[in-house]
Amino acid sequence: MFKEKKRISYSGVIAILSVALIVVIIGSVALGRYPISIKELAGIIGSKIFDIEPFWTKTQESLLLNHRLPRIILACLVGCCLSAAGASYQGIFQNPMASPDILGASQGAGFGAALAILLHLSGSMIIVFSFTFSMLTVAIVIYTGTRAKGKRVLGLILAGIMIGSLPYSGTSFIKLVADPEDQLPAITYWLMGSLNGTAPKDVLLALVPMCIGLVPLFLLRWRINILTLGDEEAQTMGVNAKRLRIIVILCATLITAASVSVSGLIGWVGLVIPHLTRRMVGHNYKHLMPASMLFGAIFLLLVDDVSRNLLATEIPIGILTSFIGAPFFIYLITRDGERN
Amino acid sequence: MSIMTENLCFSYGEKDVLNNISFSAEYGQFLSVLGPNGVGKSTLFRCMLGLLTPTKGSTSIDGKPVADMSATQLAQRIAYIPQSHNPVFNFSVFDMVLMGTTAQLGSFESPKKEQTIQAEAALERLGITHLKDRGYGNISGGERQLTLIARAIAQQARILVMDEPSASLDFGNRIRLMQTVRALAKDEYAIIQSTHDPDQAFLYSDKILALHNGEVLIWGSPQETVCDSLISKLYGTDIEVCSLRGDDIRVCVPANIKKIRK
Repeated sequence: MFKEKKRISYSGVIAILSVALIVVIIGSVALGRYPISIKELAGIIGSKIFDIEPFWTKTQESLLLNHRLPRIILACLVGCCLSAAGASYQGIFQNPMASPDILGASQGAGFGAALAILLHLSGSMIIVFSFTFSMLTVAIVIYTGTRAKGKRVLGLILAGIMIGSLPYSGTSFIKLVADPEDQLPAITYWLMGSLNGTAPKDVLLALVPMCIGLVPLFLLRWRINILTLGDEEAQTMGVNAKRLRIIVILCATLITAASVSVSGLIGWVGLVIPHLTRRMVGHNYKHLMPASMLFGAIFLLLVDDVSRNLLATEIPIGILTSFIGAPFFIYLITRDGERN
Repeated sequence: MSIMTENLCFSYGEKDVLNNISFSAEYGQFLSVLGPNGVGKSTLFRCMLGLLTPTKGSTSIDGKPVADMSATQLAQRIAYIPQSHNPVFNFSVFDMVLMGTTAQLGSFESPKKEQTIQAEAALERLGITHLKDRGYGNISGGERQLTLIARAIAQQARILVMDEPSASLDFGNRIRLMQTVRALAKDEYAIIQSTHDPDQAFLYSDKILALHNGEVLIWGSPQETVCDSLISKLYGTDIEVCSLRGDDIRVCVPANIKKIRK
């Protein structure tokens, strides 16, 4: 008899991941060149609600509330969103190799950011520009893809590759004409992805579209299972496949665009995390979606900790995720042939 | 009359695929659809399931036209059992069966206790409870086919449409599967299967619909349908139908077998 691998129960996995997330968040606060202890963290947070005599310095409070905490929250949000978007795209395109940029969201965001930097716009405008161009690119991809003859899913993926290359070449052109003294490094740095310099208002800016996208994906997660079987089968099981796919695409695009516009291009997370999570909780999206969201948040926060603490200068997080993601994925697919 | 197709025509652009197809099936009946490759059996099924819109004619279920029903309403009445396939993601057998209950749920709902019980009952009924936690991608073709039937049972539809259910199965599994399906028909399911095996259609079904060049060659009892002339015409080759065990069984063999052997 074959023996299926024993798994920890789903609720067990969720409990472990939740505890791990809290531990990593607290650990991340403490990490950094300017130390903040757990006691100080509790004090500063507590003083917002209770009347506590400060036993910490003003610098510590300002650092925690204006820099470290926003950055930690954003790392968690971006990790959560990219993983959720990756898992969703993999399901609705019946393609395990799909990642959040499959419909050109990242390429569009990159172009928008480069354009904003070229026009000397402020930090918030860079976010607005990259978000707008990201959504615009995906809108054109969907418009083209759904009009393609033949298989709908294939049409969308092909349109994503083709149209995604347009903003990419646009970005290259902007790099060519940008001022090599200050603009070009800024563009290059943005494209590599970084959470450096996250301001509290950036978190709020990203939070709205993220919530609008994440909530429906979470609620529709059981139905995504049915879509992985293909349109015709889904239809005979009572699911309006066409409509569901468009809703999932819109939500997944929204959270991808919101993520990349604040963080720059962070690759691999959306592809690798859902696959790792499948190893833990199986393929059922009812379990996969929440576990991916939690695991993605933990992963990106850990990588961001490395990114800001490993060397004296910050390492762009996009470089690190590729550096960790690619070999890890190779290990994953070669480890065993058993498809479980 | 549970499901009735009347004067159904379908064409892909200029090409006529189906012409004036009429037949019906009742609960408790097992209907086999015979016909050579490419005759439009799958197209007919797609029209019946509401996946394709016929150019003319219609299918109605319990008196209501398929075109007037939503995907959910249809799924509660008619279930489709595809040929066992290999999906991209390796769901557990239990999850696969549980997916059948989706038509009962709201868009934002996941299966609850009630649906879990239905899925378990469906597994029990098909005798595959022991496969529950196995991966659908790791079980045999016969087991997959049983899983898909269990999924259709969990869907609570009483009309089951099967696309060549026994096509990829070995001899023993084929017999076991057909006996399972036959037993389901007895329990007041209307079952419509396509098959390439006239012997099997004779053995198990109550009625046979034979399609030839996109038209109905015959819609009748197995005794009327499985005979030398009709089967030979249907498959375009000389076939002799032998009757065994007091006509309980009929076997189709090539008519010129002696010549070939020599």
